[in-house]
Formats: sequence, C-alpha cells, structure tokens
Amino acid sequence: MNFYNGGSYDVVVVGAGHAGCEAGLAAARLGLKTLVLTISLESVAMMACNPSIGGTGKGHLVREVDALGGEMGLNIDKTFIQSKMLNTGKGPAVHSLRAQADKLQYHLKMKQTLENQENLTLKQGDVIDLMIEEGKATGVKTRNGAAYHGKAVILATGVYLKSRIFMGEVNYPSGPDGLATTQELPAKLRSYGCNMRRFKTGTPARIHGDFVDYEKMTEQKGDEETTPFSFLNQTLPIDQISCWLTRTTEDTKAIIEENIHRSSMYRGDMESVGPRYCPSIEDKIVRFTDKPTHQLFLEPEGVHTKEMYLQGMSSSLPEEVQVAMIRSVAGLEKAEIMRPAYAIEYDCIDPTDLQLSLETKAIENLFSAGQFNGSSGYEEAAAQGLVAGINASMKIMKKDPLILDRSEAYIGVLIDDLVTKGTNEPYRMMTSRAEYRLVLRQDNADLRLTQKGYEVGLVQENRYQRLLVKKEEIEQELKRLKKKKASPKDINPILEKIGSSLLENTLSFYDLLKRPEINYKVIEPLYIESKDLMQDVKSQCEVIIKYDGYIKKQLRQIEQFKKLENKRIPDDVVFEKIDSLRTEAKQKLESIRPHSVGQASRISGVSPADISVLLVYLEQRKRGNENV
Amino acid sequence: MYREETIAAISTPLGEGGIGIVKISGERALEILNKMFVTKNHHPKASWEPRKMFYGFILNPQSREMIDEVLAVYMKAPNTYTKEELVEIHCHGGMVPLRKTLQLALEQGAALAEKGEFTKRAFLNGRLDLSQAEAVMDLISAKTDISHEVALGQFEGLLSQEVQGIQGIIKDMLAHIEVSIDFSEEDIDEVTMEQLLSKSQEARKSFQRLLQSAKTGKILREGLVTGILGKTNVGKSSLLNALLRENRAIVTDIPGTTRDVIEEQLNVRGIPLKILDTAGIRETEDAVEKIGVQRSREIFQQADLVIFMIDASRKLDQDDYDFLHLIKDRRALVVVNKTDLEEAIDLPGIKDIIGDKKLIRISLLNNKGLEALEDALEEMVYEGEGFSKEQPFITNTRHQQAISQGLQSLEDGIKALENQMPLDFVEVDFKNAWKSLGEVTGDTVSEDILDHIFENFCIGK
Repeated sequence: MNFYNGGSYDVVVVGAGHAGCEAGLAAARLGLKTLVLTISLESVAMMACNPSIGGTGKGHLVREVDALGGEMGLNIDKTFIQSKMLNTGKGPAVHSLRAQADKLQYHLKMKQTLENQENLTLKQGDVIDLMIEEGKATGVKTRNGAAYHGKAVILATGVYLKSRIFMGEVNYPSGPDGLATTQELPAKLRSYGCNMRRFKTGTPARIHGDFVDYEKMTEQKGDEETTPFSFLNQTLPIDQISCWLTRTTEDTKAIIEENIHRSSMYRGDMESVGPRYCPSIEDKIVRFTDKPTHQLFLEPEGVHTKEMYLQGMSSSLPEEVQVAMIRSVAGLEKAEIMRPAYAIEYDCIDPTDLQLSLETKAIENLFSAGQFNGSSGYEEAAAQGLVAGINASMKIMKKDPLILDRSEAYIGVLIDDLVTKGTNEPYRMMTSRAEYRLVLRQDNADLRLTQKGYEVGLVQENRYQRLLVKKEEIEQELKRLKKKKASPKDINPILEKIGSSLLENTLSFYDLLKRPEINYKVIEPLYIESKDLMQDVKSQCEVIIKYDGYIKKQLRQIEQFKKLENKRIPDDVVFEKIDSLRTEAKQKLESIRPHSVGQASRISGVSPADISVLLVYLEQRKRGNENV
Repeated sequence: MYREETIAAISTPLGEGGIGIVKISGERALEILNKMFVTKNHHPKASWEPRKMFYGFILNPQSREMIDEVLAVYMKAPNTYTKEELVEIHCHGGMVPLRKTLQLALEQGAALAEKGEFTKRAFLNGRLDLSQAEAVMDLISAKTDISHEVALGQFEGLLSQEVQGIQGIIKDMLAHIEVSIDFSEEDIDEVTMEQLLSKSQEARKSFQRLLQSAKTGKILREGLVTGILGKTNVGKSSLLNALLRENRAIVTDIPGTTRDVIEEQLNVRGIPLKILDTAGIRETEDAVEKIGVQRSREIFQQADLVIFMIDASRKLDQDDYDFLHLIKDRRALVVVNKTDLEEAIDLPGIKDIIGDKKLIRISLLNNKGLEALEDALEEMVYEGEGFSKEQPFITNTRHQQAISQGLQSLEDGIKALENQMPLDFVEVDFKNAWKSLGEVTGDTVSEDILDHIFENFCIGK
C-alpha cells in the first residue's frame, strides 16, 4: 500500500483519550507542532466507564496534573455536576476530591480546548503502523493511507488495541461502546521489540433514570460547599445532582449463582487478567459467599441524558441475565437497560519496557501513556499523558526529561511502580502506594509541583505568581501565629466552651493550633489578623502546625531516600560485567536498566548487598574515569 | 532497602583482650556518644576536642546503669577512616562491657554495621585506593552468602514463625486501615480505634514475649558461664577434658566482629557453656593455694552455673562445707568424682546441706556417670530459665535491634491512637513496626498489604 505524505509535525499523539489529550496539549503548549490522531472524534476525552473524576489517590493525581499545568482539573471544574471531598473524617493526607461529571460536556469542552489550542491539530485517523528509521520512531501510518511524520510519537491507545468485548456466550472484536478497534498495531509493535500483554477491564450497565424507584434508595448529595480541582479556581457554586445508594438482594445472588456458568469469565473465554479492585458482581458473589447483599450506587451520566451508571455491578453475564439481575435490586424492579455491562480485553505494553521518562527502551523517540502502559483510570492516564507529552517535547528540544520521584508526587509513584516493578493487573492509584503519603497531600500539590511545571515551561505566569504569593502568605502567617499570644483572660472562655484545657499563662496562637480540637474558626474571634487570608493558606498552616512531628519524621525519611535517588547510574553501565553481583540481580538490573541507585534498590530480586556492590562499582568507575 | 545511617560495631577481635573498641561512624556519631558518655564527675561532656582521648563512663541514660569505665575519642569528618564523623569508645576488654556498650549505641539510634561496612564507606567516601575496590566488593558479596544461610536457617526456625505471627497481626491492622482510607465508600465497616487498640496490644504482648527470649537467646549465643570448682586433684581438668572430648567445641559468631574461637567454649546438648578454668594456676605451695581459693570465689561470683566437685575418697574440710552452703541459693550441682575408689565422704550429710540440688556420682577414670551429668546440666539450664527448647530465641543482635525498633514503633502507634491522631498518621507507625519485623523475616513489600486487602475485603465497581 502506498501512503501519502500527511505532513510533518514535531509530536504525533496516537489517541485522544485522557492520556492523549494531556500529551497533545502539553506538547503544543510547549511550542511544538503537534498532531493528535483519534479513531473517532466522538471519543475525545470520552469517559467510557464511571462518570466521575477523582476519588482516593486519583484526586491527588488530578491536583498534581493541574499543578503542573495540565488540563484535567480545569476541564472537570467546567463540567462537574456534583463535588465531594472524601475521607474528611481522616487526616489531611488522605482527603480526596471526587466530582461527578457530565460526560458529554466533559468530552465537548476538552474537544474545544484541543481545537482552540495553538500548534495543535486534531484529526480522525486509525493508526495501523509506526514509521521507524534506524531504531527511532519517525511517524505513523493510518488505515486511510496517510503517513504523518513526527520527531517523536506518543502512543496513548487506551483499550483500542485488538479489543474484544465479552458478554456471556457472546464475544466479538470491538472497542468500548461500539467504537472501532485496531487489529494491526500490536503485532507491529511486537515485531519492533516491544513486549505486549493482554489485560481486561469491565463496565456496568447504564439504565434509564425514569424507571428507577428512588424512594427505595438513599440519596447521596454532594458537599454543601464545592471544592474545585484546579488551583486556579475558587469554589464554584452549581446546582448539584445527587447519586443514589441501594443494595442487591438475596434474589440477585440466586440469579447470579444460577447463571454463573454463563459468565464469560467463568466460561474460560478470557485469557487476560482483570483488576482485583474492580471485580465483577459475579466475582464478588462467588468469592464472598457469606455476604448476602452488596451495595450499588446509581450515578447520573449527565444533565442532558437519563442514563444512570450502576456502580458496583460490572459483569460479563449474558444480556438476558443482566436484565433479571438488575431487576432484582431494590428500587430497580422496573429498570430498563440502555447499555449492557460488558468485559473488554485489550493489548498493552509491559511497562517495564519503558524508561522513567515514558520513552520506550526498544524504540527511541517513541513514548507511551495511559491504559496502553498497563494502568487503569482516567486520572492515571492523564498523569502519564502529561509526563509523556512533556518528555517527548524535552527530547526534541534536547533538554532533560521531567522525572518526578516517589517523594515528590503521586505521579512519581505511579510511573516508578509501573516502570520499575511492572504490574500484573491494570494498575490503579491508591494512597497506600505512596510511602510518603503525609507529605504528598492533595492540598499542597501546587506547592510541590508548580515550580517544576514553571521550569519546564508549561505553567503560565499567572499560575506561577499565584504560587509565589501563596508561599509568601503561608510563611508570614506562620510567623504571625508564633508571635501573637493569647492571654488566659481572653481565650479561656472560648476554650471552656469547647472543652479544651484552660491556659494559666499566655500561649502563642501557633501553640494553640497544635491542639486537635482547635482550628481557625475557634481562634478567629481573638485572632483577627488572618481574617482576609485565603482558606487555602489557613488550611496549609493548620496542617503544618498540627502534624509537625509526623511530617518532620517523614521529611527525614525523604532525605535518606533522596541520597540514593540522586546517585545516577550512567546509561552505558553493563551490569552483567559487575562480577560481585548475584546472577539474578545482574539479569534484573540489565532488564530494567534503572537510572538511579534508588530505583535499582526497588527492583524485586536486587538485595541490599547488591546495592552496596553497585555503589562501590560506580565509585570505582568514576575514579577510574578521572584517572584516565 | 539500602540505608545510609550512622553505624556501630565492635571493631576489635572478640575475646578477653586488654581493651576492646566500639566504633561509631556517621552523621549522628557524636550525638549518640553524648547520650551515653559522662565524665568522671558524672556530667555530660560539654565539648569534644577532635582526636583527643577523654576519660569517663558509659552510662545507660534510661536505667542509669554504669556500664564501663572508658576512654572515648571523637574524630571530625572528613579526616577519619570513613571520612564520616567517627567515634571510638575504648572499653575494658571482656565481652560484657563491649556488648553492652554496643547495644546502648544501637538503642540510641545507631544501626549495626554490616560486615565490611566501615571499609565500604571509607571507599565510597574516597578514602581508599582504587585497587582496593575489588576487595571491598568481594567482602560485601561474601557476606551475602553467609547471611543468606543465616536467613534461611532463621526462616525455618521458630523465631521466624513467631515474628511472622506478629507481622500477621500488624498486616491485618494495616489492611484494615488502608481499606478504610482507600475504599472509604465501599460496603465495609470502617476499622475503629478500639479494634486497632486491642489488636496492637495483642501485638505488643507478643513483642514483649519475644524480647524476653532475647535474654535466653543471648545465653545461647554467648554461652552460659560455668565454673568448675573444687579442691586440687579432685579432677576438674579431667572433667573439662572429658566434656570437651565428648562434645563439639563451638565457635561464636557475632555480627560486626571477627570470628574467634574460645577454647573453653563447648556445647552440651545444644547448650553452649563457657567454662571458666582454674587449671592454669599451679597449686603447689600454700601461698598459691590461697590465691586458688580466692580465684575460685571470684569465679563463683561470675558464674551462671556452678559445678562443685568433690573427691569421694577424701573427707571434706571446712572450705568444702563452706562452699556447699554457698551453692544452696545458686544454680549449681555437686559432682562426686572418683567413685571407683573407696568412699570416705558423708553423703547423707552433704545431701542435707544442698537440699534439692542435684548430686551426680561419676568416675572419670572409668568414664562413668558423664551422661547423667549432662542430663542434669540440661535439666538445670532449661528449668532455671523457664523456657523450653520449643520456644524461639533471638540470638542475633541485628534481629534483636529490629524487633526492639518494631516494638518502639508499635508503642508510638498506640500512643497516636490514644491521642486520637487520624488513621493515616497512625498507619505510619504501624507500617514502621511491620517494616522492622520484615528485616528479620526478609519480607517488607507493601504489595503484601494490598494482596491482603483484596483477599479479605469485597471491593469494587
């Protein structure tokens, strides 16, 4: 087949899902001529599964993407229909923001952003092959015969590679929601040296909201005061739409047990591994037999549609069984399925094939992000898309890649986990994956990352100036709190009211805030200095003061961690030639090719003694080089 | 995970040397020394002049126990062997003060040095010649094999089982915490402070039981100090030789020090005995006889276990009777040797004095009764210690340190729970406790906790 010349770009992004959009926008905003190709323009930033953004761990990722100058936070702030801060009963480190989205609006607004972005071209096109010259990616070829040239290519193909849908005895090749799938690309990638694997995921049914008996359900409202995702936004007042909570019944259990043999998964039709954190309803029934009923949430898919997402009921049972199963749920007796649940299998890359910059080891200038890298979730995809977009651009501009480490960002944890440890299931972010969780809070993502985004060139001046002001205000406020004292006479009546122990001598407001029961609201009648401060600044100060001991402890651990993280391993080290390493360690190190001693220490099968050997070797080599 | 901490070790060969040195290297070396060193007037030392020896005492800051009279010297980075802050404490030889001093340094925050670690640091910090790099790497990798063996041995052992038991409790707590945090909207009862408190107290008990065993483990590691006492020619040396002939002499292996063989150390039925020997004293003249008695009394004071020997063919004198009265309150037994000869002692009289202490009749000449003696020794050790062979023992200082640290973290967590700190903070302490235990069993992969969550909780969309 002859391919016509479709044009030359700096960066070609394959896919316009949550990863592709961030990648394309980042590259274009960094001034590079960027092409974003999608299999269907209707699927730009499509939310193929749940209609929400954020949640535990994921909300942190969105905040970080925003702090670095990404789009996801801004886009959900434009299109959310409910906002809720989760885990408010726990410490500040695990507060997690989640918003219900209007799916169609989310897609449209993101598509508009891409269309309006300078340097960015958005086109429909089904990529079937890469162009590779001397081991370097130089562009892509489409089914319609176009050859688009690019100095770097970013693969963000989501679940579209050789995807296959499963529903009971039925299965057929298809992308999500009846969209097309690409058959050719995985085989090509394999032939270029990429290690491909097969993962699976699933989605529950969508039902018609008019046939739901809400009387039998519990309403789930959003927070009274909404919290925006983007650090650029203040609270955004909207009319929020509720979600609904209900439960499956003993009948549901019986129906599923009766038909379990018809489920695609139990039929053994599927060869792939699904995520443990989102098992299908039949999986839950089989594995937790003593649980008679399970909870379900009904989530609206948007303002202009009656479709309701049935969270908790993903399934690969046949459509007819799904109907009976859903109608056995309290309040869903008359339910009408608009789209059935299904499981979907797809090809993706083994992420240990990647470097921390998200460039593949096999092909230079080829980057990848999102579900293609073995992750799951819109937020995980966006985070990787942003990093891949930045680093493809850095490569072209001959600058150092942006690599965030595990102590700097959830994004760092995400990429390090994928690239260093690999994953056996679609990888989802959880706060428990972050060992420095107390420091990596969603409330300080801007303080952690905006400076870096600015240095990269993605953060605009207005965002940067905001950060500087905020930093300064926090510093001033902490000083003020230490200086200003409360006298027993003034403060004791207040303390008495809230049952806090009384003062005998004067105490600074800083020390008062250390008490768990005392916050700004309590001291503000006496401490008027903070009246006009942003809520953001106040909460930062509260966290810094209240959890000082633990945070300092964690900062010391980070200091230790950084020592090894900063010991870089030169690219040309041949691990197999370091005699004192154990064989297993040699092989593992050779295959992962860690960029720092710290990264090497996290590879399974590499022992502390191997790390010591590596350190000595690197020192020997360094001095050897100096002597030559 | 590899760490760069302040490290400590005994850096002189093990044995009864004139002095022994505990070396501490790293950023916190001086800070640690200051916590445990006092001047002769029992004041903390105000300032240290580098490379100058100071006289004083090592004092346990918690128990105020005086450990040893020492000379200490501080060497300022980078002009030291490791190029790090370096401290040397010169103790009075002998195992006990050295070990106690090292243990104290560990308690104050030093980590026990790996074999070759001082040298490794010296190299990494640019101190040693390039040609020594290979040797350093070999040293480190040689260590891997040995510790691998030890780890395997421990893994199969009771200690490992016990530690895994505690790890299991903590893992369960962590899984409950994490699931309450990461899956807060799922259909799962959130873990309560009360549940966590009761679980952590359960773990604390196991920890304490385990640390108790460290005491016994130390005996198993260092040997039970055993004194063989009795008159000249009663057969003390013959008994020692017979025991040595019958039993394998053992080698002590103490991390951070070189290996050394103590000749009088032997292993009876798995119990290491360190026999204090008076055989070196020639007892031909009256004056020396006096010294011999005095020496015997010293040994009597030090010994964990006393074997008092008498000659069946000779009448006891006043000294013998004095000793018999003394051993009543000690872990001791009486050995009557030379039962092949005509008996001249008043056996019932002796039994009256020693009460429930065992009396074993042997004849070293005919090689009779040795087995009965070993039975009695074994029984005495296990009974006296209140432990059985089926219990786990911590015999390794590194393990003991890890387990103590684990307990400390657990206590921090309990305190945090009681102060109503949020779950995500409490988790940090429990995670640390779990990690410390992992240093004993070798597994600290956080993926473990995730596995536990997915196995035990029904979660998902």
